[in-house]
Amino acid sequence: MTIQEIQEEIVDEFSMFDDWMQRYEYMIELGKSLPLIDEKYKTDDNIIKGCQSKVWVHAEMKDDKIEFTADSDAIITKGIIAILIRAFSGQHPKDIIDAGTGFIDEIGLKEHLSPTRANGLVSMIKQLKMYAIAYQTQLN
Amino acid sequence: MFDVHKIREDFPILKREVNGKPLVYFDNAATSQTPQVVIDTIVDYYSNYNANIHRGVHTLSQEATDAYEVARKKVQQHFNAKHSHEIILTSGTTHSINIIATGFTHFLAEGDEIIVSALEHHSNIVPWQMLCDRTGAVLKVIPMNEEGELLMDVYDTLLSDKTKLVFTNHISNALGTINPIEEIIEKAHSVGAAVLIDGAQSCPHVKPDVQALDVDFYVASAHKLCGPTGVGMLYGKSEWLEKLPPYQGGGEMIEQVTFEKTTYAGLPHKFEAGTPNICGGIAFGAALDYMNAIGFDNIAAYEKELLDYGTKKLLEIEGLKIYGTSQNKTSVISFNLENIHPYDVGTIVDKLGIAVRTGHHCAQPIMDFYKIPGTVRASFSFYNTKEEIDALVEAVKKAKMMLS
Repeated sequence: MTIQEIQEEIVDEFSMFDDWMQRYEYMIELGKSLPLIDEKYKTDDNIIKGCQSKVWVHAEMKDDKIEFTADSDAIITKGIIAILIRAFSGQHPKDIIDAGTGFIDEIGLKEHLSPTRANGLVSMIKQLKMYAIAYQTQLN
Repeated sequence: MFDVHKIREDFPILKREVNGKPLVYFDNAATSQTPQVVIDTIVDYYSNYNANIHRGVHTLSQEATDAYEVARKKVQQHFNAKHSHEIILTSGTTHSINIIATGFTHFLAEGDEIIVSALEHHSNIVPWQMLCDRTGAVLKVIPMNEEGELLMDVYDTLLSDKTKLVFTNHISNALGTINPIEEIIEKAHSVGAAVLIDGAQSCPHVKPDVQALDVDFYVASAHKLCGPTGVGMLYGKSEWLEKLPPYQGGGEMIEQVTFEKTTYAGLPHKFEAGTPNICGGIAFGAALDYMNAIGFDNIAAYEKELLDYGTKKLLEIEGLKIYGTSQNKTSVISFNLENIHPYDVGTIVDKLGIAVRTGHHCAQPIMDFYKIPGTVRASFSFYNTKEEIDALVEAVKKAKMMLS
């Protein structure tokens, strides 16, 4: 599936819920299926700055596609990074670079998109895209 | 007669909703809300007599100058300073601390010691570290116990003739502990050290008497006292303020300037370079009037009621732990739910319209002591109610259900 298709799928899933509590509970559920980062990569270098909770992200290139793994010590943050990774992992770097993030708004998490929000969603997106740019540069 | 429902009418913001729920504001230790009378003072200033002060001969400038100096007198009376020139109006507690920390560069030599408490806010640690870097002085720390109280017997052993300055907050922002500042001041003076007390967290709850305390410096911010942000105070004993060099150069703080030599203005202007926060200073005075009219004894008694009620109710939640359990504390409850990150709890309770603070509260050393990433902090003010505490307790229970 393309990033666009996955994002539409996520938006579809979230549209089933009509209040924030259900959406948050689902997000917490998604956090449990997050592809967990190998403990050895849980280093300070891999912590995303700008988050009140700790978020570690690791990226690896497999067959020209980036596989992301991550973890967080806060469960809501873990849900947020899980959603992002589901949309971006297993994709070609160029597609990750070009991908939009409007689906975050559509699934009712708009409040997390503010750059001043302490959860660092914006920093997470930036970090995933930075990995994509780095790998894209290697490919060129 | 203290009537919280009547008092709430004074605060327009308390009528608003957040996420479709009535706002419950429990982040008072970060900043307090503003009563209508203070808002009116700000509007009146900009509507009727906005002008620069201390230099104009025109009517507006005279009116603004008079109002600003009346505000300084109100601050003086509130803190019971001997002279109004011992009150420097600053941009806030951090600014006030930096005036002292920078000024002391001239009084310290290598090997001199500064003592701070383990309960400090980052703004109370960093300026002293910078001062030590500049002078070669050494920073010593009064440790704390599990309850969040300072170990005064260790303090005794830290004091010596090398001690030049002792610095502590009056009340801890992260835990609410009230520190025994009378004892701290007296013992510091016995070895000839000066004492600076940070009153940022105490001033919303108690009325300090700087002369009775015999403290050398006392600092506070207006925005924790129902006043606006960007204004605060530094009290210093005259003899200290005379000795300290100016912090910033600029207008207002000079007596005479030639390209060869400048002589500085007297107190308090020596420390008030540039155009000050005139409106903020005047509104600070109005905020003190407002709080004094309610009365600090009434405020303290009511907040104690809220603290006891909140502590009891929150502890009924299984797996909830309170950090900072001194018998001597203000209406701050710092807590965590077992195995749940404070950030998660804060996010859920915000969705329910409740404003609490989460994180390390700019006091990482305290969090390191407890080996936790942070806490959820609910801080109550005299305009909060027991019903609001009930709403918090329900919200925390809901968060626990969702997050476990």
